[in-house]
Amino acid sequence: MNDRYSRQTLFAPIGEKGQRRLKKKHVLLVGAGALGTGNAESLVRGGVGKITIVDRDYVEWSNLQRQQLFVESDAIERIPKAIAAKKRLQQVNSEVEIEAHILDVDPQEFESLIENVDLIIDATDNFDIRMIINDISQKYGVPWIYGSCVGSYGISFTIIPNQTPCLHCLMETVPIGGLTCDTAGIISPAANMVVVYQTAEALKILTEDWGARREKLVSFDLWKNEESKINVSSLRKADCTSCGVHPTYPFLDYENQTKSAVLCGRDSVQIRPAKKEKRDLETIAQTLSSMGKVEQNPFLLSFTVEKKRLVLFQDGRTLIHGTKNISEAKTLYHRYLG
Amino acid sequence: MNLRVNGEVVTVPDSVRTIKGVIDHFNINNPVIIVEHNDTILDKNAHEKTQIFEGDKIELVQFVGGG
Repeated sequence: MNDRYSRQTLFAPIGEKGQRRLKKKHVLLVGAGALGTGNAESLVRGGVGKITIVDRDYVEWSNLQRQQLFVESDAIERIPKAIAAKKRLQQVNSEVEIEAHILDVDPQEFESLIENVDLIIDATDNFDIRMIINDISQKYGVPWIYGSCVGSYGISFTIIPNQTPCLHCLMETVPIGGLTCDTAGIISPAANMVVVYQTAEALKILTEDWGARREKLVSFDLWKNEESKINVSSLRKADCTSCGVHPTYPFLDYENQTKSAVLCGRDSVQIRPAKKEKRDLETIAQTLSSMGKVEQNPFLLSFTVEKKRLVLFQDGRTLIHGTKNISEAKTLYHRYLG
Repeated sequence: MNLRVNGEVVTVPDSVRTIKGVIDHFNINNPVIIVEHNDTILDKNAHEKTQIFEGDKIELVQFVGGG
């Protein structure tokens, strides 16, 4: 035994009892960008029992400004974020069980990932996936912590099934448009601040100090020096289809899912085939090598052609870099990858 | 007129008379915004008709996607 957690257990509201509880807990972290790496590092250093990290993307140079678990070699080698995060986290704390999935998680996969999970932390970059998380949380009775940021602004709210309004109550519909990292950029303290709010709430929930929970929705703008905490409990709706009296969990339906999406902060479109099947990257690389530049690592294949870059993952998911136009991206996808 | 918006005192022109006017004044075009007016959450259909007065406390919370 060492005194790794001594300063945390000295903190009276956690103590030895809270630390033992934390060690038994399993967190599902969706997304390993700025919010994901920040949350993961804090919880792993703090001694959570297990963390499952799910992310669909790989490390790029533009991530290094704020995504704290990644280093230059991860960007050079285009290491998937879940893998790069796991590697660093294991160096930080080998006592924590860390599971990494390179996955654009769909509702079906969520239903298997949610098993034995005590808390979901949202570190995603779009509302399609957040509405799925929200329905999964309600269906399985697992709390989740919403967090997002853009520019110098951030927002967080903790959703507890049967107690608080859910994200569907707060938003009613999935928003179209609005600010993204593409238009407004992001500074690292804004992401870090959201991480601080999320991790503090996570520690309270995981150590079962429910009375300490922050019940209000918090938002801030670090550049405009604004901060706001509001009580949104009146927005809970009895007829909400996600958390109301007769829930149907609409966002778990296949019809309500996006199959292609413009990625936040990137001049890129993701195409996700309707049916997942393992692609033979070796054979595809051979076919494409006469048409453009092909690079490979064990997880993905990168193909540069027509000033665009197509990155194909083993599960068939493809990122088209160099365009925000979904139909152009689909054209390229079908032209080169079938 | 002086208002307290997200904790900061701001002065808005007298032509701004409603919550909708405040949202427009700050050039907010986010479709998902929650407004708290003097400690009460407003229904989004009430933004246009809710009048504001000197010293009102307004919290504007926008939902954003990034992360």
